[in-house]
Amino acid sequence: MNTRTQPKLARLSDALATYEPVIGLEVHVELGTNTKMFCGCPTTFGGSPNSQVCPVCLGLPGSLPVVNRTAIESTIRMGLALNCTIVPWCRFARKNYFYPDMPKDYQISQYDEPICVDGYLDVDVPTDDGVTTVRVEIERVHMEEDTGKLTHAGGAGRIQGADYSLVDYNRAGIPLVEIVTKPVTGTGGLAPAVGRAYVSELRDIMRTLGVSDVRMEEGSLRCDANLSLSRSGEPWGTRTETKNVNSLRSVERALTYEIRRQAAILGAGGSIKQETRHFHEDDGTTTPGRSKEEAEDYRYFPEPDLMPVAPDPAWVEELRATLPEPPSVRRKRLQQEWGISDHDMQSVINAGAVELVELTVAAGVDQASARKWWLGEFSRHANENDMELTDLAVTPAQIADVESLIVEGTLNDKLARQVFEGVLAGEGEPSDVIKKRGLALVSDDSALVGAIDEAIAAMPDVVDKIKGGKVQAAGAIIGQVMKATRGQADAARVRELLLEKLEVS
Amino acid sequence: MSADVLRMSAASLAAALAGKQITAEEVTRVFLERIRDVDPQIHAFLRIDEEGALATAREVDRRRDGGENLPRLAGVPVAVKDVMTTVGMPTTVGSAILDGWEPPYDATIVAKLRDNLMPILGKTNMDEFAMGSSTEHSAYGPTRNPWDTDRIPGGSGGGSAAALAALEVPLALGTDTGGSIRQPAAVTGTVGVKPTYGSVSRYGLVALASSLDQAGPCARTVMDAAMLHEVIAGHDPRDSTSLPDPVPDFVGAARRADVGGVRIGIISELTGDGYQAGVMQRFTEAVETYRGLGADIVEVSCPNFSYALAAYYLILPSEASSNLAKFDAMRYGLRVGDDGIATVEQVMARTRDAGFGAEVKRRIMLGTYALSSGYYDEYYGQAQKVRTLVQQDFDAAFEQCDVLISPTCPTTAFRLGEKLEDPLAMYLNDIATIPVNLAGNAALSLPVGLAPEDGLPVGLQIIAPHRQDQRLYNAGAALEAALEDQWDRPFIEGLQ
Ligand SMILES: [Zn+2]
Repeated sequence: MNTRTQPKLARLSDALATYEPVIGLEVHVELGTNTKMFCGCPTTFGGSPNSQVCPVCLGLPGSLPVVNRTAIESTIRMGLALNCTIVPWCRFARKNYFYPDMPKDYQISQYDEPICVDGYLDVDVPTDDGVTTVRVEIERVHMEEDTGKLTHAGGAGRIQGADYSLVDYNRAGIPLVEIVTKPVTGTGGLAPAVGRAYVSELRDIMRTLGVSDVRMEEGSLRCDANLSLSRSGEPWGTRTETKNVNSLRSVERALTYEIRRQAAILGAGGSIKQETRHFHEDDGTTTPGRSKEEAEDYRYFPEPDLMPVAPDPAWVEELRATLPEPPSVRRKRLQQEWGISDHDMQSVINAGAVELVELTVAAGVDQASARKWWLGEFSRHANENDMELTDLAVTPAQIADVESLIVEGTLNDKLARQVFEGVLAGEGEPSDVIKKRGLALVSDDSALVGAIDEAIAAMPDVVDKIKGGKVQAAGAIIGQVMKATRGQADAARVRELLLEKLEVS
Repeated sequence: MSADVLRMSAASLAAALAGKQITAEEVTRVFLERIRDVDPQIHAFLRIDEEGALATAREVDRRRDGGENLPRLAGVPVAVKDVMTTVGMPTTVGSAILDGWEPPYDATIVAKLRDNLMPILGKTNMDEFAMGSSTEHSAYGPTRNPWDTDRIPGGSGGGSAAALAALEVPLALGTDTGGSIRQPAAVTGTVGVKPTYGSVSRYGLVALASSLDQAGPCARTVMDAAMLHEVIAGHDPRDSTSLPDPVPDFVGAARRADVGGVRIGIISELTGDGYQAGVMQRFTEAVETYRGLGADIVEVSCPNFSYALAAYYLILPSEASSNLAKFDAMRYGLRVGDDGIATVEQVMARTRDAGFGAEVKRRIMLGTYALSSGYYDEYYGQAQKVRTLVQQDFDAAFEQCDVLISPTCPTTAFRLGEKLEDPLAMYLNDIATIPVNLAGNAALSLPVGLAPEDGLPVGLQIIAPHRQDQRLYNAGAALEAALEDQWDRPFIEGLQ
């Protein structure tokens, strides 16, 4: 862990008692197109350095960009999903600045003519008193190209003081979409949670649209979080822009940290410097980056190498008509269909299991059992192995198979868990695991009757109690039978047979 | 024989090659020898590709002997301005910052030359990054005008024009951002065409000002230019600004050469004051010639042209300041000051300081300033408005006539060094050519005689509406034929 000088921080509750936070989020999403934004190079992650480049994305003299139509389509679909207006006509612009990760020393982006404007996203924010819905207004959605990736040798991994730096241009030219919110006000202490819920919701939308794989750990979704504080009724304070906020948890932590840091400065009579700050995942702090006073003038101007983009309105309507159901609507529908409480639904959402439960129910499993498996056994397994639920080697169809065996009485819960253990370990289909591990319940009554008779003979005092009306004492005999059958008996059936035998009911 | 070959038009050479009266290898060798003889005085070429040119020539001969039907200009040698990327030949754009850079890809129009089996003799000299009107701004030394080696050959494409005038090559390619094909053609007594913006691919042209740059043919006759134009024109999916149009029949238009009933407009703002007397004299004679050929001569006014130069010198430097940012020592070309201590910004700054010439730096500074926040609207924004007004002037003029004409330049070739210390005087040389680039129209310059006072060539510019480039060839070829009749000899015979 880095040791950083810690500035004074205010207590969060004190900060919120005095100041109103205003947040703004800029999210960059790498589109999942097969080829780059302005050339035909592949976009696959993890290729050897500079193996996915051409004269265009290397910005070689004389080369020219050509817009990837799929990237435009994906951006329009994103804009539509975020309730934006798709403009009839827009242009690309050049953002000029010198940096070695930029092959042309300008980035093709959009400036004052973005393709999507004025949208909103309703996000469900969990609170102590249930879920509250907050509308986050979207200012713009625009397209741009990614830069290359710098690796600095020595110098603490930064360009200043590095012995040398290496550039990999595989990432240069990958299509990026930037989604910028309007300032979000009036959320008080919920502000960090709103930030997190917004990014989470965006991520779900991208996944539902299939426009990006939104893997934050691979950098395909990156977030900058802006925050300012003001006393109520007063104009907004000076804002800071925190970069490198690259997980949902970080969004919340970075915003909380800035609230506490800024409140401490303001509380001591100081003023906030308008600056870019850098978030540190390890200790949850932010440190100053480039200050805005010395920030560059990007000298934007319309990109003369590209024609304006004028999406055909009929095409936009076609894209609108074929949008998938929004994740929030879908969640509400599912909650209703499953008939579960806000709290239970939130648990499914938090576990990232909405779609998995939905698919499992669709495969014929009842919702309670589906939730039980995904939130219980499978979540535990995923956590222990540091995996995503979606990456587990178990399918809704397999869950349905096992569940029908439980209903049939061939398996009980304990055995079913062992079956899934085998499935997750790659031992094959549930039927294979049952066969290999010999896990089926003893369903033959005659085999059970023998075991029951033995238990009755061994425990006459218990039998007397049962006959005397203490039916709950039957547990001891059932336990004995289960033990004798190594757990492969259906406990309910054993109970039935026992009580029949003793002529108690 | 070789003297004949040197003076033959590309069209005649193509015919002789097709008729097997001469081989492509013989033709190529004649021109390579001429380059060896005269280029030390002219310095039209930055590099020669003898091997590559001869290989192409031999392929032409072999395939023709095999009975193959070859493209029209197969075997006719050509030279390429050093602004175009070429595999196997360095591309420097006349700048020290790209010294020795070997592009991994061919410009689309270079690939078209290769597809047409035209031997590429070499790369021609130019003002650094095509900024200039004299080729004196080349980092590799100036090119001289074959008519008078103390004079400039025009610029930025002085190399291609001088090579044609000095009979070093029958055809060449140029690029025209504000007159860089037409002005050199005018001052060297050759023909140069700036096609409609978007009708010839820009892919592989090292960009100066993307919204103004256009590649075009350079030749010694109007017909030759038409033939080369047909080779290089056409849609290119790699260039987003490329027009989808099919290539018109330029050669047919040049063959027609009939201006009977054609309405020819004289732009009053581009004549008179500031134009050399001999230039005006030859221009006026040409107008009379046109009248004699049955054209209707009308006078038109384009009042906003007076702002064109100022707008051009905001738009061009703005785009250039961005286009030239990539020359930062990181990936190719020159690297200065990388001593292991300097920061990346210092290496970029030192390289750019050492690698760019004075004129390039001047325009980068101008453009950086014009695009700065707070100045953008006042400069770049205003210039774009002027651009629209200039386009409207052209639109109005073309309602009254089919083509427009003017002198290509206000003067004949000036002396080397004469305007080097006075950038504004240098810029004024392009006053008549710049409006065409701002509007994206097509224009052609052809020689119309020698100015009596200095015996130097005078060029006349014909301007056509967007996508009507064929009109240039019809009107140009008609005048050319009439002048040949008048002087009873090919114009180019004046060369020593
Ligand atoms: Zn590429």
